[in-house]
Amino acid sequence: MKLALGPLLYFWPRATVMDFYRAAADWPVDTIYLGETVCSRRRELKLADWLEIGEALAAAGKEVVLSTYELIESDADLRTMHAVAENGRFAVEANDMAAVHALAGRGPFVAGPFLNVYNAATLALLAELGATRWVAPVELSREGIAAIAAEAPAGIETEVFGYGRLPLAVSARCFTARYHNLTKDHCEFRCIEYPDGLPLDTQDAQHFLVLNGVQTQSAGVHSLAPLLDEVRAAGITGLRVSPQSAGTGEVLAILRAALTGALDPGEAAARLRPLMPAAPCDGYWHGGAGIVALAPANRG
Amino acid sequence: MAQAVPSSAATAQPMRLVCPAGTPPALKIAVDCGADDVYLGFRDETNARNFAGLNFDDRAIREGIAYAHARGARVLIALNTFPQPRTWRKWQAAVDRAAMLGADAIIVADAGLLAYAAKTHPTLRLHLSVQGSATSHEAINFYHEHFGIHRAVLPRVLSIEQVERAIARTPVEIEVFGFGSLSIMVEGRCALSSWATGESPNTHGGCSPAKAVRWQQGPEALESRLGGVLIDRFGAQDHPGYPTLCRGRFVVEDEIYYPFEEPTSLNTLELLPRLQAMGVKAVKIEGRQRSPAYVETVTRVWREALDDCAREPQRFRVRPAWQQALAHVSEGQQCTLGAYHRPWK
Repeated sequence: MKLALGPLLYFWPRATVMDFYRAAADWPVDTIYLGETVCSRRRELKLADWLEIGEALAAAGKEVVLSTYELIESDADLRTMHAVAENGRFAVEANDMAAVHALAGRGPFVAGPFLNVYNAATLALLAELGATRWVAPVELSREGIAAIAAEAPAGIETEVFGYGRLPLAVSARCFTARYHNLTKDHCEFRCIEYPDGLPLDTQDAQHFLVLNGVQTQSAGVHSLAPLLDEVRAAGITGLRVSPQSAGTGEVLAILRAALTGALDPGEAAARLRPLMPAAPCDGYWHGGAGIVALAPANRG
Repeated sequence: MAQAVPSSAATAQPMRLVCPAGTPPALKIAVDCGADDVYLGFRDETNARNFAGLNFDDRAIREGIAYAHARGARVLIALNTFPQPRTWRKWQAAVDRAAMLGADAIIVADAGLLAYAAKTHPTLRLHLSVQGSATSHEAINFYHEHFGIHRAVLPRVLSIEQVERAIARTPVEIEVFGFGSLSIMVEGRCALSSWATGESPNTHGGCSPAKAVRWQQGPEALESRLGGVLIDRFGAQDHPGYPTLCRGRFVVEDEIYYPFEEPTSLNTLELLPRLQAMGVKAVKIEGRQRSPAYVETVTRVWREALDDCAREPQRFRVRPAWQQALAHVSEGQQCTLGAYHRPWK
């Protein structure tokens, strides 16, 4: 099973991003997804910077994939998407159908988690257009993922969101700006103050969601660490870890040890706990509410 | 990039009025009040308003189609959720049923299902559902090239300038939302409901499902919960609303407020001349879950408004009586232009 580092979903200062990926060259991870996927106003790094980071990571033996925007609204967004899709150097993860349109027939691409691949017919269509890997939508259950993987055309890889706060929704509006009573076009880039998102609780103090600009995430950390045997049995070939501000390298090391059998999955889950910014959950895997933790090692 | 096609703005056509029908009485009243298209769904999770007591069986659809066709209206069947492997055959069968029953078009979100429909029923008109999340002309043209879609419903997140640019660069008819409940997240891209309840529009055809709702009278406030999660608390002065997740009041750094949106309704009446000049083909009224009385009020108002606009777009004025009538049936009473006009941008 491949271990993947998903695209950075938060807005971090340029130097922090550079340090993060410099360190990532030494982490036990096979695939690294790069690029801004959440908000076109975030420009600490340009495409040239991402390409440079990609070269360094490729030199360190990583498979590098550039990811496109989750939501495309303006002509400028389209131009950026095309620049990524047509970068000519690295494979691309398409996160909307405009990107698929741009990538179709241009060689292999990754069908990203926002493409809504909920069945084998949709996957077959994308495979015909050149997709060689698909990433399951976050709310899809083990049963659904396994059934699609079983029917997937030969050679198609199946990746799942395995660890991290889940990207649940996207909007044209910025909720971090709204919290600060700012408009989106004059947001002052306040999301840079929240390296793991801005926590949102219920009125009775349940940690519920996290605001990440135009994206809304789960507060809980979705973790399949205790369920790796089931993950393997489902025909899944890749496990995605979503970057967090601290301990991402340790998270990858623990999951790698669990995948090679050096660490028992339950023990891996226990070691992950202190590294999580919030409590773990795994409900989506079981076909229920995502917020729930059912695996014993994710409870209590 | 796709080939640019000329905008139809120079020869602006009257826009079609697309009205919701959750039940046969709503269908009849929509047709009687002047709907050009009526959209409805089967009684299951193949459509995004899968609510108890709502929707149509085959016989009701046959009768509804006959009623509509006799009066010059068309019937569109919404199959706009995402089938999963276990349920794929049910959605596939729903496409076949819609074709057999004589639907004028089906409204589909899932790419796999569009592929099936295009291949199996090549003469059946395909509309891309708003749940298909096509937010640019390039995404729309993807669906056009691969499945020959005739119309696309644009997500409610686009500004009017973005809608205009999309229309100018696609051969596909464009339908926009004109009135009704406002979705704050990109349609087809929101799993907030399943995060709390296990069911979302994409997977089960409903957001914040009624069976997951609990009302509890606490010592100081009435509480609404969804999947056990506290969505809002209402004091004596408040008007308790349905606990749709993104319309709740939550806490961010000790501040209690509506972090996503206040409960408001979309109302774009004043934009009609501009939408028509841009070449928008159809205007959609949201609300299959609403009563026949709602459908009647909204269809009457919008029929008059569209007729006024088609007759004399330069002199079009929103009549106060229209706004009054619509205010009575709006959720949250307050109306907004939504993303078409972006005060928050």
